[in-house]
Order: sequence, then structure tokens, then C-alpha cells
Amino acid sequence: MFTFRGVDFLDMDSMLSDQEKLVRQTVREFVEREVIPHIEHWNREGQFPRHLIEPMAALGLFGANLADYGCAGMSNVEYGLILQELERGDSGLRSFVSVESSLVMYPIREYGSEEQKEKWLPALQQGRAVGCFGLTEPDFGSNPSAMRTRATREGDHFVLNGEKAWITNGTMADIALIWARADDGIRGFLVERGTPGFSARDIKGKMSLRASVTSFLSLQDARLPASAMLPGARGLKAPLACLTQARYGIGWGAIGAAMACYNDALEYAKVRKQFNDKPIASHQLVQERFADMITEISKAQLLALHVGRLKDRGSADPAQISMLKRNNVKMALDVARSARDILGANGVADEYPVFRHMCNLESVFTYEGTHNIHTLILGERVTGIPAYGS
Amino acid sequence: MKIAVCLKQVPARDGVLRLNADSTWVREDDVSFEINEPDIYALEEALRLKEKEGGEVVVCTLGPERAAQALKEALAKGADRAIHLHDPAFQNLDAYATARALAAAIRQAAPDLVLTGLQADDDGFAQTGVILAEMLGWAHSTIIMEIQAQERALKAKRELEGGWFQWIEIPLPAVLTIQSGINKPRYATLKGILAAKTKPLQRLGWKELGLDEEALKPRQKITKVFVPPKSGKVEWLEGTPREIAQRLADKLKNEARVI
Repeated sequence: MFTFRGVDFLDMDSMLSDQEKLVRQTVREFVEREVIPHIEHWNREGQFPRHLIEPMAALGLFGANLADYGCAGMSNVEYGLILQELERGDSGLRSFVSVESSLVMYPIREYGSEEQKEKWLPALQQGRAVGCFGLTEPDFGSNPSAMRTRATREGDHFVLNGEKAWITNGTMADIALIWARADDGIRGFLVERGTPGFSARDIKGKMSLRASVTSFLSLQDARLPASAMLPGARGLKAPLACLTQARYGIGWGAIGAAMACYNDALEYAKVRKQFNDKPIASHQLVQERFADMITEISKAQLLALHVGRLKDRGSADPAQISMLKRNNVKMALDVARSARDILGANGVADEYPVFRHMCNLESVFTYEGTHNIHTLILGERVTGIPAYGS
Repeated sequence: MKIAVCLKQVPARDGVLRLNADSTWVREDDVSFEINEPDIYALEEALRLKEKEGGEVVVCTLGPERAAQALKEALAKGADRAIHLHDPAFQNLDAYATARALAAAIRQAAPDLVLTGLQADDDGFAQTGVILAEMLGWAHSTIIMEIQAQERALKAKRELEGGWFQWIEIPLPAVLTIQSGINKPRYATLKGILAAKTKPLQRLGWKELGLDEEALKPRQKITKVFVPPKSGKVEWLEGTPREIAQRLADKLKNEARVI
């Protein structure tokens, strides 16, 4: 084993502040010590490392880029670096932090009542509570506007009925943010664990994100007080704004997975000998792979850092974040596949992390706006013509 | 208890090292730097003593501009303030001159206890801590595995050779050099990293420390650094398996000295 020191062909570090580098370093050390030695086991067993919630909270990773309520108030670039390092460990771990931060804490912070913020943000930040985000349904993934989950008003209450699918953290969650169609459009509801009529069960047999909990949620006449609704979120643009936050982080996280695969393949290629007792790293076809990988990783880093700086200035456009997510996840998947190829047969065994990353990235490619949906977002942005239903 | 921790920024472990043009050191422009490993344990021990006994932790380093990052990391982990001995005259100091400069800064800070790693991972001299103690005229001990605070004194466990340990009592003020692995160093938290921005980081040159140029004159010089030449020596052992095993064990023990 070698110590992970990042991948920095273009001297990107010269564009980072000392503080940004320190943030990256602390998460890198955490992942190196607490995740890397065990992750293949957790992945094989299909186990999320729950015991890491507390130390991650102590580090300040949940809601790191939010202000107040105990959150660290880091910049978006720093938040990106955190997710990059987490995903260098495993996409499942990064997904956990993404969901907590961008899909649960962010909407409560942005759209919640003061009471909801006081109740949930410190608990989520400190890891005393876990959240999940229920938007996707069994029949509606890319087209959430057609969702079937309904919230019917009955006096001081709402009654929720519907099904949600592919929900990260679902069965672990103390609080589920459920998006449902109400009389005045799509609204968000904070559904607490134990609410009668609300249940969750895990999706079994996943070949990807195995060290992460993915669940179905079911709501059957789940009665909630009206105060469970997020007062500030009205219409689909609220959950989409959450997704923009999460997609931003995924754009950084994917770099971490790509770095892990690239590094592993490079170390392997330097020692694996084939033909005339020469390391395969000396073979021209293998070198072409590395030239492509390092170029694509470097471009992805430039894109992430630039969009991060724009976001910190408050001027990042959701379409730019779509470009970041689309490009970087595809890049990471390509790098993972190349790395797998370089490792030959060893690439399919979990003695090496590459196959795990590659399988994880298949999910990342699909979730938080599929690759194709981001293609259409970019297509619409440059042509002015939406092509979603065509 | 006021504790000073002296730490050093060194080339990152397992980095790819290349020699500089005159083969007197490694090329620093293509390595990354980190806090010397034993110093991280010294810092952690200081933070734990402070949490138990109260007081202040002051971190101190001597080094170029980049070494400030090591101090910021220490502040982010919980040190209260930092002193950076930074001066063009501080380039290429040997352990003696480094200890001179550190001693001047330590006298100014007036701690009850100085902790430092037992040696630096780069040059491996293991000298700076003990020379510093001698210059201060303080009690000192090396290769410390455990510290227990007492009234105006410390109980400390030293590592001896051959798996032996020794408990000693040491009066304060004192200098202890810390062995790696004696505790579990903490991570800098995000809040700690933010808090570090507002903590004092003082920069001192040779004039502020009241040193003269004579004091900084190196007494020791690295004349040559080289990569150990690879030798392709192969020796065949012959005999019965028992004889071979015995001779192999003997060679590993007495020639290669690896067991």
C-alpha cells in the first residue's frame, strides 16, 4: 500500500489557499486511516459504516458549507475538496455526506421554519440524527414533475400517500424529507421516523454503492401536522435547487474516485511485468491510457475548481453545475474502466479498489440527474429549445 | 501548564526524492512537505496535557515560508499560538544552531515544558531536542512513551533497548522528546481550521531573538547525500534444511540485522 497524495499534474495546489489545503488534508487523513483499511470488507458485506457518522460529525463534515446552527461555514471549494477526499475512499460514504448536507440540511436551512431549523440542523450537524431525501419514485426518476405521491390537507394536518424509491439512507433516517403533490403544487414534508403509515425497507442485491444504504419508502395515510411542511418550498424548483447543491458536490466527488483508480493503476503498472520482464507501464498502449487519464482528470479538476469559485461568488448557474456533474462523472467512469483494464484480471477482484469504484460510478452516472438529463439541460441552455419529452 | 511544542516540517514520507545539484540535500521543489511524524505525537501529547491540566500550547518551528503551513495545522488541531522562526540567516542550520535559535524563542515564551519529536524524519539527527535542553539548562529525557503530570514535576516512561522501559521523575521546567505512536493524533476539525485563522502566529528573525551571526554558524556540514547503491549480491546456502535454516537465521540476525 502507498499513501495517497492526490493527483496534481497542473499544479492546481498553487490555486488553493493554505486553509483549503488543510481542509483537504484533514479529510484525506481521516479517509486514509478510517476508511481505506476496511472499505473492501464493508463493500463485500453490503454494510454502511455507521460508526463513522460520529467522527465525521466531529470533524464538521455535515452541512460543512452551510452557515450557523453549528455548521462550519466552509466555502464551496472547501466543501468540494471534502467530498473529493471522501469519494476517494468510497462513493457510498460521499453519498451519505452529500445527502445529509445538500439534500436534507440545505433545504431545511433554505426553506424550513425557524422551529424546523432549530430542531433538525444541530442534530443533523452533530450526527445525532440522519436524514434522507425522498423525491424519486418507482415510476418517476428523471421526470419528477409527474410524481404520484400526494399530500391531502385535512384541517391542521396533511395526509401523505405514495412510494419513493432509490432513497439513500432511507432505513437509517430519523427524518425523511418527502416531496409530494399538494393542492398548491409540489411541497416538501419532514416525516419523522415512527410516523404511523410511514415505512422504509432496503433495496437488496445492489451491485453498486454497496457500502451505502438505499431504500424504498412507503407512505400510507401518513398523517403529519401542518407544521411538518417546509413553508418556503413551493413547486419543483425547490427540490431541483437541492439537487443543484448535491450535483455540485458530486462533480468534485467523482474526481476523488478517478484519482483513486488512476493512482492504483499507475502503481500496479509500474510493478506488473509482462513481456521481456518489463513493467507494463513501459508499454506504449498502457502509456496512452495514462496520458488520457491524467489529461481528463486534470481537465475535470480545472472545471470543478472554476465552478466552485463561481459558486463562492454566488454566480454559478445550474447549467454550469450540470456540465460539472456530467463531465466529471463520465470522466471518472472512463478512468475507472481504463484502470480496470490496466489491472487485467486483478482488476475484477476486490483486493484492489478499482472495480468497486467502477461499480459505484455506474450509480453516480445515473443518480442526481442522469448523464442524459444533464445532456439535455446543456442542450436546452445552448439552443434555447427544451428537448426533455421529445 | 504552559507547554511549547517544537516541530519541523519535513519532506513527505514515501515521496519520490531526487538529489539537488551538488548532492548535499534533496531537491525541495518537487517534494511535498508535512509535519515530522514524531512531532505530531508530541503535539497531541501537549494538547492532551493541556486538556487535563489546563494552560496553553505554543507551537514553534524554524523554517522557510512554507513551514508556516505546519504551524497553521498545529493551530487548527488546537494549539493556542504559534512562533515561526523565519529569517534568511536561518537557512541550512545544523542541529546546534537550530537549537540555539529555538532556545532563544523558548526563553521568551517561558513554558513549563517543551515537547518535541525524538528525531526528524529527514536528517534523523535526534539532536535538536537534547541540545535545546542543555542550552536552556533544563532537565531532559528522550524517547518518551507516556507522561503523567504531577505537582511541579512529571512522571515519564522512557523506551530503552531490548523491549525495556524505564519510569523516571523529572522536575519542571523540562524538555522531553517523544516517541512516535504513543497516542492517537487527532484530526483538525473544520471549525478548528477556521479558528486557526484568528490565532496569533508570530514571526521572529535572528535580531528579535537576540542572536548574533556567530551563534548561527554551522558546526556541522552535510558533505554528501547519496542513494544507497544497489548491490546484487546473492549467496547460496547449502546443506540439510536444518543447517540452511540455522545459517540463514544467523545471517539475518548478525549480518543483515533484520531479526
